[in-house]
Amino acid sequence: MVNWANFISQCFNGLVLGALLALISSGLTIIYGTLGVLNFAHGAMFMLGGYAGWVAYDYTGSFIVALIAGSLFVMLVGVLMERLIIRYFYARPQEDQILVTFGLGIVFVEGVRFFFGSLSKTVPPPSLFQGITNLGFMVYPTYRLALLGIVAVALLALYFVLYRTRIGMIVRAGIEDSVMVGSLGIDVYKVFMLVFGIGAMAAGFAGIVNAPVVSIAPDVGEAILVQTFVVVVIGGVGSFPGAVLGGIIAGEIISITSMFNPGYAYVMLFVAMTLVLVLRPYGLLGTAGRE
Amino acid sequence: MLFDDHKPASLSRRTLLHAGAGFAGSFMLPASFIRPVYAADDKPAIGTWPAGSQGDTVYIGATVPRTGAYAVQGEDELKGMQLAVEHINAGSDLLKQIAPKVDKGVLGKKVELVVADSGAKPNNAVQSQQTFINDHKIIAMTGSTSSAVAVALNKFAEREKILYLVAISGSNDTTGKDCARYSFRQCVYGETCANAIGPVLLKNFGKGKKAAFMTPDYTYGHTVTKSVNDYLTANGGWEMVTNQISPLGTQDFSQYLTNIANSGAEFIINVNWGRDAVLSVQQAKQFGLTPNMKMVIPYQIPFLAKEVGAELTEGVFAATDFWWTMEDKYPLAKMFVDEFQKKYNYRPEWGAENSYMQFAIWARMVSEAGTFYPPDVIKQYEKGETFPSMVGDVKFRPEDHQLIRPVVIVRGKAPKDMKNEEDFWEVLDVVPGEGLMQKPDAFGCKLGDYT
Repeated sequence: MVNWANFISQCFNGLVLGALLALISSGLTIIYGTLGVLNFAHGAMFMLGGYAGWVAYDYTGSFIVALIAGSLFVMLVGVLMERLIIRYFYARPQEDQILVTFGLGIVFVEGVRFFFGSLSKTVPPPSLFQGITNLGFMVYPTYRLALLGIVAVALLALYFVLYRTRIGMIVRAGIEDSVMVGSLGIDVYKVFMLVFGIGAMAAGFAGIVNAPVVSIAPDVGEAILVQTFVVVVIGGVGSFPGAVLGGIIAGEIISITSMFNPGYAYVMLFVAMTLVLVLRPYGLLGTAGRE
Repeated sequence: MLFDDHKPASLSRRTLLHAGAGFAGSFMLPASFIRPVYAADDKPAIGTWPAGSQGDTVYIGATVPRTGAYAVQGEDELKGMQLAVEHINAGSDLLKQIAPKVDKGVLGKKVELVVADSGAKPNNAVQSQQTFINDHKIIAMTGSTSSAVAVALNKFAEREKILYLVAISGSNDTTGKDCARYSFRQCVYGETCANAIGPVLLKNFGKGKKAAFMTPDYTYGHTVTKSVNDYLTANGGWEMVTNQISPLGTQDFSQYLTNIANSGAEFIINVNWGRDAVLSVQQAKQFGLTPNMKMVIPYQIPFLAKEVGAELTEGVFAATDFWWTMEDKYPLAKMFVDEFQKKYNYRPEWGAENSYMQFAIWARMVSEAGTFYPPDVIKQYEKGETFPSMVGDVKFRPEDHQLIRPVVIVRGKAPKDMKNEEDFWEVLDVVPGEGLMQKPDAFGCKLGDYT
């Protein structure tokens, strides 16, 4: 017997989790799709966003300031990371890129642990979104509903930048043929720096948006990174719409499985990933890829 | 000439020749001549004995979680160990109350701690302890914040014949079906906590209630949930309407909380621990489940109240090992809390108290036994002598190596009742341990061999 109130609530949970995963994954997939870099520090970016936002919140008491400061800080970290380290790795084997980004992730996590300790930090939701909303058929935390809206706006903004602006056009052209774009007199490498910054910012933004839901600790990025990679694989590596679709699928699989047997939630996620890899090796919305 | 590569070579060649002659010669001597002194009294080498205790310093290997869901608790646990080692080496007043024969070290040796991060993962802990055995010839090992680690180290200790001082571990299995001759536990565990908090719940809330359990998916969670549920069902006719089992390290508890919201439960019995507990308690509030449903924490979590704030722990019943306000009743607790606070600038939680006690007890047993020889030290523990602790007089149960000690029942204070920033819990009762424990063999404990 299915309890419908529970089923609908779980679908909502899945949507909220999925939206968050979509946002983080879009950053990961933009960086990979454009630069070919598998950024294993992406989870740490998510964590950094949370901490930067928390610090900003601590000083100002404003959630909006926390959101902006957190995002910009992580974007800056992304840009610096690209300028100082990552750009020397574009031409090197993928193993080197994985190792260096993985190492950077550890440095970020341990740095945060050194400065802030392991006790978790909480950012309360903005007063507008506090409490619980009664939707008639169920009650749901107001902030989680708001989070759906916030993430949707962020994803639309990202989509707009990537698909409706000149920068986006250059980025997408750069994915296809960076030599050709370069020969048109466009500094591809400046664009690459920007792409890395935007990708990092998506993770950082997600980090602070998520802070009122799951309080932040140095290790929060670690768990989310694995799920993010699964999302990217399901959706199609390098595909922005794929990240969104993959995120929502992953969120729903985790939530709906949890309703029946929580122990199998992550097993089912990996089963889904395996099925996709068998039936559509490039992911649901992926194409044959750059290699 | 800066580097004369002839001299070292000739030197080493000569050394080698000497060594070789000695080695060859040793084969020609009768066995009794080359047997070292220690073997004279029928104590063959075992584990790291005697190598580990021949120098001026003996080492204890600690694998505590410094990352992951239990990092906060692991750090506190480590501080308790560090303070204990300092006290052993200085022969402090507090330590001498528990171990009177300790005087600036144990049996004339300084004690040193070597530490590694376990991340609360059994494999990491075992690997690090193996490294400590190779590099430092550790004479004892410690550390665990997850019972999965404790159970793994129990087995490892048994195999390596090295003492294991269990740190935090709440599973019944640690001194139950997975007990080990070489392992000793100081802290309270699922069964004792269930039997201590059960009557309090029935008295305060009555019979025939509906409870939702939240259980972390490993030995600790399953055994604590079983013990608590068995008690409430058998004695109060309570019903478990749902049991939400989540993996260690879960971030988002919304799925589990939604299931609980739709289960008709009146109580949430939260067995989650560490950061899992912090997040589940915060999110239960976000979902509006608490305070409408009452939360019970049968195995209290160090730093929970500090992390989630007193608003969320107000009125919550919990069973625990130790809470710092017990200093009002027990002089040793007062000494410990004062010393700890002086050194670390906060009041210790029970993880620190537990590891301090474990080290103090170990120092007592070794100094009373008069040797580091593991079987003799174990037999000293198994004498079951009564000795003082921070929660009154205690003793070990020889059959399963579990300390017989009281369980402390606390209730979360309202923010307005807190006398200082760490006054989170009110101690309701200190329940004597004897009546809380199952029969020694009820959980299938079979201790292994001494040698």
